[in-house]
Amino acid sequence: MSTGSTHDARGAQQLRVARPATLDDALCALREMPGAQLLAGGTDFCVEVSFGSRRPTAVVALRRVEELRGHDIADGHVRIGAGTTYAEMGRGALASTLPALAAAARTVGSPQIRNAGTLGGNVATASPAGDTLPLLVALDARVRVRGAAGERVVALERFVTGVKRTVLAPDEVVVDVVVDRCRGPQEFLKVGTRNAMVIAIASVAVVVDLDARAVRVGLGSVAPVPRRCASAEAHAGEAIDWGRLWASEAALARFGELAAEACSPITDHRSTADYRSHAVAVIARRALERCIRHAT
Amino acid sequence: MPPEPAVIADRYELSVNATMRVVEDAWIGETLLFVLRERLGLPGAKNACEQGECGSCSVLLDGVVVCACLVLAVDAVGSEIQTVEGLSASGDAADIQAALVRGGGVQCGFCTPGFVVAIYDLLRRNPDADEMAVREALSGNLCRCTGYGRILDAVRAVQRARAS
Repeated sequence: MSTGSTHDARGAQQLRVARPATLDDALCALREMPGAQLLAGGTDFCVEVSFGSRRPTAVVALRRVEELRGHDIADGHVRIGAGTTYAEMGRGALASTLPALAAAARTVGSPQIRNAGTLGGNVATASPAGDTLPLLVALDARVRVRGAAGERVVALERFVTGVKRTVLAPDEVVVDVVVDRCRGPQEFLKVGTRNAMVIAIASVAVVVDLDARAVRVGLGSVAPVPRRCASAEAHAGEAIDWGRLWASEAALARFGELAAEACSPITDHRSTADYRSHAVAVIARRALERCIRHAT
Repeated sequence: MPPEPAVIADRYELSVNATMRVVEDAWIGETLLFVLRERLGLPGAKNACEQGECGSCSVLLDGVVVCACLVLAVDAVGSEIQTVEGLSASGDAADIQAALVRGGGVQCGFCTPGFVVAIYDLLRRNPDADEMAVREALSGNLCRCTGYGRILDAVRAVQRARAS
């Protein structure tokens, strides 16, 4: 292949596109084209290019990189390749091992979007509304990245530093995401204006860890970054009758209130801040209730 | 030294409906939708929202339904692209198209090609899809005319006809 760049008759910008088949080649392309942007599923990227809000001069397309595909389900942990699509998260052994991830993936866009968008794209884009992020943060997910200087593993909670901001360096690629397996029910709930094609107004992931007798909560779209809620988690851990896996109505309601208190939502074109807090109280309570009710 | 990364320049080939098509003198940042419509003379995939919201540009990429507006055309090099024109020419979606026309599932018609591709994809994967599965499979395709009832009726008609 030549290494030329091109522009169109309308005077569009110079642009080079690399399509590596291996991770090493992807890293090499990033070195050779400083400032290059990564392209995964394209569901954000192509919109931004088409609407002119993103003007890359060089692109490294990751769709063909074999090492980013697939997942491993081991005894203690699950490793999910960055190139795994939402559709893939929603089926098979991955879905039965991480049912709340499957539920979250199923709420993303439409079948067409879920066939294209990837886990690595969701993590690296780091939108506050990223649908996989509440569960991943609740599960203490680790993000493995590789760059010119080698590989490093960053907890998701530290990987995402702000609205669409991460610690990913310009020469680095997200390789995969690893979570520990957790015995017990888990749930993901999201509020939006319809069931499909909606960006979350608020979302909640609840994970019940039967072995640790602990509950973990991840909140989405109600803060600049996906957020845990230590007070709600501590409350649930104490309020649940772990022998029967039961909690009182009052304890469930308090769980929702504490989750809502952990939010620092904004008012924007999708929702008011007040509604976001209200919604979190409702769906956090409901998610915990469903976890307990479905557990046997 | 690692191998030189392949950098695609201003001439590339796409496999569209099992035919190799050359794209030349095109800006390399163009979407697959733009290339299909404006470079390759295949206007079946419709340009409506350009942001993956409406499904009017649904195509099959390596057998998987996607929005062509969300695919960088050069990133589809080496993949097999099937458009509604290909499904029409092969007759593979003929019963779907006929059912939509007969059942009043086509009014202004702008969304129809996207629905044909999405319905074709659904019934190939899940011929016996129930009501909820059909609605979920078509949730990424917007129609502002029919209210969807007649489109859903058409899907059921195709299912019945194929089962008998």
